[in-house]
This record gives sequence, structure tokens and C-alpha cells, in this order.
Amino acid sequence: MKNVLNNSHTKKSLYSPKSNPRWGREEETDIFSQRVKLFRQGKISEDDFRRFRLQHGAYGSRLQQNYSMVRIKIPSGEITPEQLEKIASLAEAFSIGSAHVSTRQNIQLHWVQLEDVSEVMRGLVEVGLTTREACGNTVRNVMCSHFAGVCPDELFDPTPYAMAIARFFLRNPMCQNLPRKFKINFGCCQKHGLMRVADIGLVPSKRDELKGFKIYLGGGLGAASFIGHELEDFTPEDKVLATCMTVIRLFDRHGNRENMARNRMRYLVHEMGWTKFQQLVLKERSIVDMTISFSTAKSFDFKSEKDISRRLPESTRAKIKLPVINERINPDASTYDRWVHTNVVAQRQEGYNVVFVTLGAGDITSSQLRGLAGIIRDLSEEQSARNTPNQNFAIRFVRTEDLSNFYDKLSNIGLANPGALTIASAVGCSGTTSCNLAITNSHRLAKEVQLKLLQLGLDIDDSLSHSTIKISGCPNSCGQHEIATIGFFGGASRISGSMAPTYTMLFGGSAEENGELGKNVMRVPAKRVIDTILKIVEIYREERTGNESLDAWITGIVKGQGNKKIRNLDDIKLALSSVTNLPSITEDPESYRDYGNDVKFTAKTAKGECAA
Amino acid sequence: MCCLISTPSPIISAKKKKSQSVINPNYENRTSKKPKKSNSSNETGKGEQSVQPILSYLIDVDTLRTLIRKKAIRVVDVRRTEEYNQGHIESAVSIPLASVLDAESTEKVITIMQDAGIGDHTPVAVYDDTFGALAARVAWTFQYAGHANTSLLELTFSQWKNHGLETEKKINKFPLTHHSMNVNKDIYADAEYVEKTKGMENNFLLDSRERLNFLTEHIPGATNLPYTMLGTQESILRNTSEIKRFLENRRISSESEVIAYCGSVGTLSGLAYYALKMAGVKNVRLYSKSFKDWKRLGKPVDEFNDANYWDLSAE
Repeated sequence: MKNVLNNSHTKKSLYSPKSNPRWGREEETDIFSQRVKLFRQGKISEDDFRRFRLQHGAYGSRLQQNYSMVRIKIPSGEITPEQLEKIASLAEAFSIGSAHVSTRQNIQLHWVQLEDVSEVMRGLVEVGLTTREACGNTVRNVMCSHFAGVCPDELFDPTPYAMAIARFFLRNPMCQNLPRKFKINFGCCQKHGLMRVADIGLVPSKRDELKGFKIYLGGGLGAASFIGHELEDFTPEDKVLATCMTVIRLFDRHGNRENMARNRMRYLVHEMGWTKFQQLVLKERSIVDMTISFSTAKSFDFKSEKDISRRLPESTRAKIKLPVINERINPDASTYDRWVHTNVVAQRQEGYNVVFVTLGAGDITSSQLRGLAGIIRDLSEEQSARNTPNQNFAIRFVRTEDLSNFYDKLSNIGLANPGALTIASAVGCSGTTSCNLAITNSHRLAKEVQLKLLQLGLDIDDSLSHSTIKISGCPNSCGQHEIATIGFFGGASRISGSMAPTYTMLFGGSAEENGELGKNVMRVPAKRVIDTILKIVEIYREERTGNESLDAWITGIVKGQGNKKIRNLDDIKLALSSVTNLPSITEDPESYRDYGNDVKFTAKTAKGECAA
Repeated sequence: MCCLISTPSPIISAKKKKSQSVINPNYENRTSKKPKKSNSSNETGKGEQSVQPILSYLIDVDTLRTLIRKKAIRVVDVRRTEEYNQGHIESAVSIPLASVLDAESTEKVITIMQDAGIGDHTPVAVYDDTFGALAARVAWTFQYAGHANTSLLELTFSQWKNHGLETEKKINKFPLTHHSMNVNKDIYADAEYVEKTKGMENNFLLDSRERLNFLTEHIPGATNLPYTMLGTQESILRNTSEIKRFLENRRISSESEVIAYCGSVGTLSGLAYYALKMAGVKNVRLYSKSFKDWKRLGKPVDEFNDANYWDLSAE
């Protein structure tokens, strides 16, 4: 509601603002609105229009072609107060008054009328953002670890490289019509980042004093998921562009354009075999490297992506592992102490912290976005935020003495919930709230899980905090359920003769070094998911040995190495059956309905547009 | 630039206005009846028997302040009486929205205007403290009763105050004046009219409610243009050029007939009425009893139950 004059955007901050990144282009907004008109007049075919629409970041809404989900690319997740405020206004005017942080560092506006998509794009251009190539068979938003630049374990900040790669491939003719979408993720160290579940994943590495990357290829999550393969020991920074170009060229040339269900690059790598693919990459790269023109090489300009106007403090102390604010906390701790414990970590730069803002499955209202923008201006020396794959915001370079002020300001806008860095912060894709492919309301479920775990105070149990819960509404992995300690993906099952919304539960996934994808455990009715999670925690507390954490215990069970009553997945399945079994629909009709529905469950889906 | 059209005296703007100059598309209609000399001795303007300024649909701050200083305008505050009593724009009279909505007949509305000292040609500026919708509903009602010279203040009262502009606590009363009744049926629609014109070429039924309410249920054939698209953080209505573009994207032209409705009493759609008029749409009607009336009459609605969109809201 616009009942007060908002002066925050005119307010001067102590710190100089970031410059406009200029990802967007004004002319594309006019072209988009013209195309919508032509489409409405029947002058463009539905197929051509869909392809065009997706190339420009507008995804069809669930069973309603007149509306779009507009996906705003946030390269590296880096977003400024001006951009947050603009998104607030656009969400209010053209969407539903809330915006949504995605699991790939995009920000999504749902249920935008097709006629207004160009207006959203126009607003975004003003603050340098774009939706171009956020969907469709293109290079999608380039991700980067939200700890990049502040992580104690990183060798150097990969952000400028991530930005330069994003800029190089955006609108690049070589990736306008790939066999399928293409994802590039940067990590900062082996612990932080999703580099092992991307088509190309990169982590900073050094050989002597030479900067470079460790590159992983052919990873990715979906109906069939793979962990990326290591290309070589070390790729020097002057070979990064050639390597990425080579991989995209090979995918473009050899990728499957027939079978939409199996045309991501990971299938190509899988079918060809890693060794053969690896040889192909190395051979092709030597040619690309030799023939790359001077001007092409120059347009991969990571040096100019460095924010040289800003002199942020550098590390002044020895390496300390994140998080460092890990003193034990008891149940009667103040809400502030609890929040510091679960939402704040110290940076490698002494005296500075990363503050995480807890959201429910990535949802944030327009007025909260405006409030957050003001807080960033006042209290972050970096003058920006990073959004994270856990669907929240990380505000960095916050001075320790400002933390309580930060907390108070967050409280004022209803964003001071604890639990951001704990098991309570459940991830949920948009599910049946807006997606054509979804079978279940994973979005609402994630919020319900978070609410319950916070109510029970499970966020302050440090033995649980390294565990994650991630929920997708269908087998495609937008909720990243395969890299969760406890993951769920939605489906429909016939139980005692009636259809019920159910989730397949997975155990033991992780994207960290040596991490594995989650293993299927069993199906759980949607309305039993929360009870099942609580039962798992209960069993774990009885069964653990010493200081064993939940995720370690679960990994042990996946390997069949549990050392008490519960030894393997069959044992846990049996132990959970009392919670997961449903009575008949007449005895308990509620359990046969999904969250947010008061009618009988039916699995309704339409054709997805991921593969246009 | 200013919004005044017929006043000869130049209004000098203190600050550069970013709001557009609004040339009233109905200017001819309004001036076709030559402003007559007031038949009430106590019209605004203290006996200045000069030509009354004809206002556009939106009045900017500078113009309003000038006219207040010249005592050449009646300012109407539609907030609740208690709020009015705590402070209001200088010279404003209190006409709470509820009193206008409660008026069963146009005669009653005429009485309300007369009681506030509004004569046939008195320029009137209306404001509220929400985002213009309540003011718009009152202003539309005045226009419906035949008082064409009614304008919306571009700001809400809070914005006015935040700008440090003059307020007062005095309870203003003006002598009773005469207002003739001249019902403008052309800006009104009821359910019957909505049904009669449905599907006619270049006829649009515009739903001003927020997107989630619209998705849940709406009158079949309606187009959604949420009221949230109309204003900005700084003004109750956007630039005309932007509103025009929004309409054009929906294939609504100045020649279209548009019927606006919202949830229950026509406030959100009242604001849409003004936005559309400002953008040059000649034929705009307000279905003032709106969706509540439609449902009460048992008319058909379009529902959309195939998605859980309410669960996306972070409210």
C-alpha cells in the first residue's frame, strides 16, 4: 500500500553506491511489447512467440497462458538497494505485491499479465537489470557463491570472473539456440557454491602464484542428476574463456535436439563417456584458444568487473573457519542472541559480518524490499546484497557494532526471524503456486516446515544446523532436493484406492566436496512430511553416537553403517511407517488434500517450458 | 505548466513539476456550458464575479495552493471526521466518504455539496489519505450529480504533510449555496449495463482489484488493471504517458468504452476512472456497486482454482 512518501531512495548513504551494471537494454522492452501485440493479433505462431518470450525471461504461468512468471537475472546474486526498490515497485504494480528469490539467484515476479511484461522489463532497464536469457535454451543466470570475497578459505574472489562470463555470453550469438538450457556456477572454495551440479562449475585455484580455476563439467540436477567431472588439475585464468566457449560449442554441436527429456549436457557427457568428452574438450580448446580473436578475448573483461571505486577492508587476521559465531545457545536466550547465532557469520575481514535475512521459501513483500534497501544503505559498506540459493539474502560488510541496530531495523519490517543458516530454513520451489509442471504445493510446504521447526526451536540445536531440507513440487529439481540432507520431490500416489499428494523423500545429498546426491528412501504423504521430519529428528536423538550431527548420522544410514537399531534405509523406512501410513480417505479426508486446497486432490499439470 | 486552463492569471510554479500537464480531454464539454455568474452571493472567490477556473482531473500542489490563497477553490477532505479534526489542508471542508456512500439519492449528494458551499461552478479539489481511491470515489459522485469541475489532488494528506505544506485544525464551514441537479448518466454503469454491452466491439470491462483477487474470481470477460498500476510512491496517479501505454498494451484506445469496477463500493475503480479520463479515454463508466453487487445478483463469475497462487504472498 502506498500510503507514505518514501524518501529512502533519495537518502544519501555514508558509502558510495555501486555503479549501474547495465545488463538490460531499453530497445528490447519495445520489441517485446510489439511482439505481444502481434501474437494477440494472430500474426505470430504460438511456438514462435513462446520461444521469443522465454528468450526474454517470461515463463508461462500454471494453466494460464495469459500470465507470466518474469525471471530477473541477478548475476552472482549481487543486487543493489536501487534494484531492490525498483523490484518492489514492479512487484506491487504488475505482480502480486511480493517477489521471490529463486534457488539459482534469480528474483521472480509471478502472475504478471503478458501485456505488462514489457513494463516490468522497462523498469528493470532503469536499474541495469535484465530478464534476457533467464529462460529458454540459453546460458542462464551465472551463479557465484554468496561468500565470494569474504570467505576465509577462498584463494581469491571469483565474482569478477563470474560477472565477465555472464557479460560475455549474454546476447552472444553462439548461445542463442542451444539444444537446451546451460548453467554456469562459480564457487569460492570447495565448501561454498553449487559448482558440482552445473554444466560448467568453477572454483578458484592457484598454481604457484598463477590464478586459475578448477573446472567441473557435466553436472546438474533434474529428473536424472549427475555430479560434475573434474576437467583437469588446474585451468589458468587465461584459458577460462576458451574452456567455456569450447564446452558450449561442443554442446551446441553434439547435444541431443530430439529428446527434450534427455538433452541437457550432462546426458551428452554420460552417453559419450567422460573420458571421450574430456579429450574432445581439450582438443577443441586448443583450436578455440588459437583462433580466438583479439577483440573476442578482450570482451571477456574480468578486470573491469572489479569494483575498483570501492576499497573494502581486506583481511587483517589469520584464517578462521566460518561460521565463527557458534557459541552454544540455550532455549531461554533472547530473540536477538538466537538470531545472531543462526543468522550471522563473521567474515575473514576482521570486525565485519555477513547477515542472513530469513525468508519463507524466498518470499518477500514490496514494503519489506524497500525496508531492506534502506538497511543496506545504512549498514553495509558493500552497498549491496547477495541473494542465495537457499532463497534468502546475505548482507555483507556489516560492522559487528551495528548488528543489534541491524536486528532492530529488520524487526521493524518483519524480517528478523532466526534460523537462516539452519535446518529450519527449508527451500521450496514455486510448485503449484505458479508452475505448469508441479504436482504438489512444495512452496507452501517449505513455509510450513520452516514455521514448525522455528516454533519448536530446532534452529538452536547445533547438531541439526548443518542439515538442510529442500522440497521440489515435481521430479525436476528446481527445489534442489537431491543436494539436501533430507530432500523431497512431489508426486501423486494412490493410497487405499484414493489419489493423494505425496513426496518421495531422499537422504544424504550434499553439493560439497565429496558430497553425493540424495538416495531415495520412501514416499511420504504431503500432510505427513512435517511429522516425518520430526520423527527423523527424534530417532536421530536416540540413536546418535557422541557429537554426531544429523547429516553425519543420515550419511551413515545411507551407507548402511548405522551403528544402533537403525542401520540402513530399510530400518528407517520401517521406523517411519507409523507416521507415513494413512488411514482411508473417509476416516481422514484432510490427509488426501494438498496444502492450500480444500478440494479433492488431482494431479493436474501442463507442458513445461523449460525445453522450448 | 499547470493544470489550469481557463484562468487568465499565470500560476507560477515554485518548483519544477515532474507531473505532466494535463489537458482535460473533456474540456469542450465542460466549457460548453459557459461558466455563469454565481447565483449565490457566497461563492468561493469572495464575490469576485470572475470566470471560475476549470480544473483538470488531477490538480497539482502549486495550483491548489495558489487557488487556496485566492480563495478560489473548495477543498474537500474525505477522511473520517476524527482525522479531519486533527488537522487538514487549509480551508478544507470535511465530507467523509461514508456520508457520500450512504447518500441514497442524488438529491442527497446535492444537499451535501450545497452544505459545503459548493455551487454549480465552484472548482473542487478532493483528497484522502489512502492512495487517492477514496477521494476519487467522492469526486466521481460529485461529477455524477452534475458537478463536472471536480479534481483530485495529486498527493495524499500524509504526503502533503511530509512535504511540510500548510495544514490547519480549524473546522471550516461555508454558507449554504445552491447547486442544480444535472445527473450525468454517461459515467455510470450497473449490472444490467455491463451485461448489455458485454462482447461489444471496443468495449472493455476493467477490474481494478489486485491480481490475486482477480485470479480468484471476476466478472467473465473482464480485463485486470490493478489499482496498484495507477500510482507511484510520489503521486496518486502516474504520468499520463505511462497510463496510456498500459492501456495501449491492453488494446484500449481513447475511442474505447471502458466500464471500471472493483470489490464493493467503487473506490479502487474510482481511481481507475480518473486515470483513464486523464489518459484521454472519452467514454468511461463506473460500475459503482461493483463485484459485490454482481455476486449478490447471482450473476456468473470466472474462477481460477488450478493454482495455489495465494501461497506466494509473503503478507
